[in-house]
Amino acid sequence: MALLEIKNLQVRVEEREILHGLTLTIDEGKVHAIMGPNGSGKSTLSHVIAGKPGYEVTGGEILFKGEDLLAMEPDERAAKGVFLAFQYPVEIPGVATMTFLRTALNAQRKARGEEEYSTPDFLKKVREISKQLNIPGDMLKRGVNVGFSGGEKKRNEVLQMALFQPSLCILDEMDSGLDIDALRIAADGVNALRSPERSMIVITHYQRLLNYIVPDVVHVMSKGRVVKSGGKELALELEASGYAQFEDAA
Amino acid sequence: MNVALVKNDSGPAASSVFAAAQGRLPGTGKVADIRREAFAAFERTGLPHRRIEEWKYTDLRALVREVLPLAGAPDAAALARARSAIASVAIEGAAKLVLVDGVVAAELSDLAALPSGVTVRTLRAVLEEQGNEARGDLLLTKASDPMLSLNAALATDGVVVTVADGTQLSSPVQLIHVATAGKAARYSRSHLRVGHGARATLVETSIAAEGATAYQANDAAVISVGDEAQLSHIRLMRDAAEAVNVSSELFTVGARSKLSLFNMTSGGAVSRLQAFFTLAGEASELIVNGVNLLRDKQHGDMTLVVDHAVPGCTSRENFRAVLDDRAHSVFQGRIIVRQDAQQTDGKMMTRALLLSDEAEADSKPELEIFADDVSCGHGATAGALDDSLLFYLRARGLPEKQAQALLIQAFVGEAIEAIEDDGLRERVIAAAEHWLESRA
Ligand SMILES: Nc1ncnc2c1ncn2[C@@H]1O[C@H](COP(=O)(O)OP(=O)(O)O)[C@@H](O)[C@H]1O
Ligand SMILES: [Mg+2]
Repeated sequence: MALLEIKNLQVRVEEREILHGLTLTIDEGKVHAIMGPNGSGKSTLSHVIAGKPGYEVTGGEILFKGEDLLAMEPDERAAKGVFLAFQYPVEIPGVATMTFLRTALNAQRKARGEEEYSTPDFLKKVREISKQLNIPGDMLKRGVNVGFSGGEKKRNEVLQMALFQPSLCILDEMDSGLDIDALRIAADGVNALRSPERSMIVITHYQRLLNYIVPDVVHVMSKGRVVKSGGKELALELEASGYAQFEDAA
Repeated sequence: MNVALVKNDSGPAASSVFAAAQGRLPGTGKVADIRREAFAAFERTGLPHRRIEEWKYTDLRALVREVLPLAGAPDAAALARARSAIASVAIEGAAKLVLVDGVVAAELSDLAALPSGVTVRTLRAVLEEQGNEARGDLLLTKASDPMLSLNAALATDGVVVTVADGTQLSSPVQLIHVATAGKAARYSRSHLRVGHGARATLVETSIAAEGATAYQANDAAVISVGDEAQLSHIRLMRDAAEAVNVSSELFTVGARSKLSLFNMTSGGAVSRLQAFFTLAGEASELIVNGVNLLRDKQHGDMTLVVDHAVPGCTSRENFRAVLDDRAHSVFQGRIIVRQDAQQTDGKMMTRALLLSDEAEADSKPELEIFADDVSCGHGATAGALDDSLLFYLRARGLPEKQAQALLIQAFVGEAIEAIEDDGLRERVIAAAEHWLESRA
């Protein structure tokens, strides 16, 4: 079954069209990789799915669990299970990570009409997850991402993913700025979250990440469209032949 | 400037207010002379206006227009309304000094928590003390300012508190100003002396009882912090929406002492805190933090003058304004470093968060440095909430208002975190949260 259906999506930024009729279907419980050269519109697509302001959708639609995603506020999308792991997670001085996590989790639960977590239950859950991800307790007391290394920021994104249990995770260039060890820890965290109830979109322009998070399906994006889809072997093919062959096709 | 040339709109009305108040003003002889001179000094300018440099951004003549008649002495009904207003700000275990419409209300005050080293008298009692040659000094200050002069002329009462040398107060002392009047003015003047090696926390609050609306408050405090003493002074200003509050505070700090002042203003149509500090003893530390939380057409002004008169003192001023709708915030900070005041370390920072395009923030830092071996500086920023931070929070499930509130809290937290006492800091955070929750 399709979790996310994007049909003929056209998106403009500052009067310039970036996505030119993009069509993509993400299956339930599957890991989809989106590969493509810099500037092909991968981040734009992830932002539009998450609801970032500043993008004008001039055509097409996005259905998430059959509902019109574009009609929802970003926070409604989060509560319904959309999670974007940012390529560059922002630093928020003065907002303690713990406070942020609890506020966000309870806001999502409230929006879904669920009971808010009690403080002990919440703390127990966060401790469990941070232990798995090798996140020290004092990191959680600091401001969100303040003074975190690149690897710590990415681990903090994975921690949130584990805490919020979204049904769709979008990972935008999760490997950027990470050394192999940091990448392995983050990828292990992501792999632990693979489940039949969760789909993932792994965005990358290097094949390297896909050695650690092995996709079920691979899509190639070029110039604002999906130009080819295939199995995981497509990633290796691209590694050998490069993106040039698709530049004309697009 | 030549003040004699300034047209004085408030002249006749103000002088009739002064004349009408005579029967209510304590002190005869020399005290009465001081009041007359102070009133004459006020009349030379009238309500301060934009052509007086210190009042450039807070033009009371335009914002306030007139000097209201003195509020009557509170009657039983007013005291009852004041009593219910106090309940919401009372701190458990704290001594309470309550002034209602500028008059000490003994029946609402509670001195039980004060240790023996603390004495409290009323300004009225001291001013009426026959044979006390020094009593007139209570109305005099080094700083000259029209509103301070008006306060000297019309002060009806206040508290005179002395914390004896070496006395350490374990719980705060509350000074609570309650307005019960509608269109009337109050003038109070209080004194606090923190003795050598003493320690105290003073929490000052200005609130309105039910029915108090367009009143004018003019409260002054004269505070001295002795050598090796510590004072933490926290002010929470929550006046009625139509009220005017001009507060003046004058501090003298001794050697090896620490004074920290925190002010948060969320009430009042027009408000100003003008605080004058003289660092008169070496190796002392002054920490000032201010927060303005303003909306609608509120106007809030924090004006600080820090005078480093001796070597080796540190001063820090840190101001945050959160401005919604058409609110207007003013920060003026002047640091004076006298020729002898070598090794002075004085810094100020002011930041404004504009939640609306129509809000306005003015800041005027001034450094007057006459010594050569000093480290002084200032900085100012003004801007909206950061969109990328807002989106991050919203993408994690926070609705727009909640995401904004979290970022605003973090912003004012940079000033609130300076409050060392956990209980008081939590109290101030709760007050800021309350303001945020009431945002439409
Ligand atoms: N905010 C923006 N303003 C203007 N152009 C933008 C903006 N964001 C992205 N673009 C342009 O859109 C195109 C796609 O960018 P992006 O989605 O970041 O690609 P990718 O993530 O695949 O590298 C690029 O040409 C980029 O310059
Ligand atoms: Mg990108």
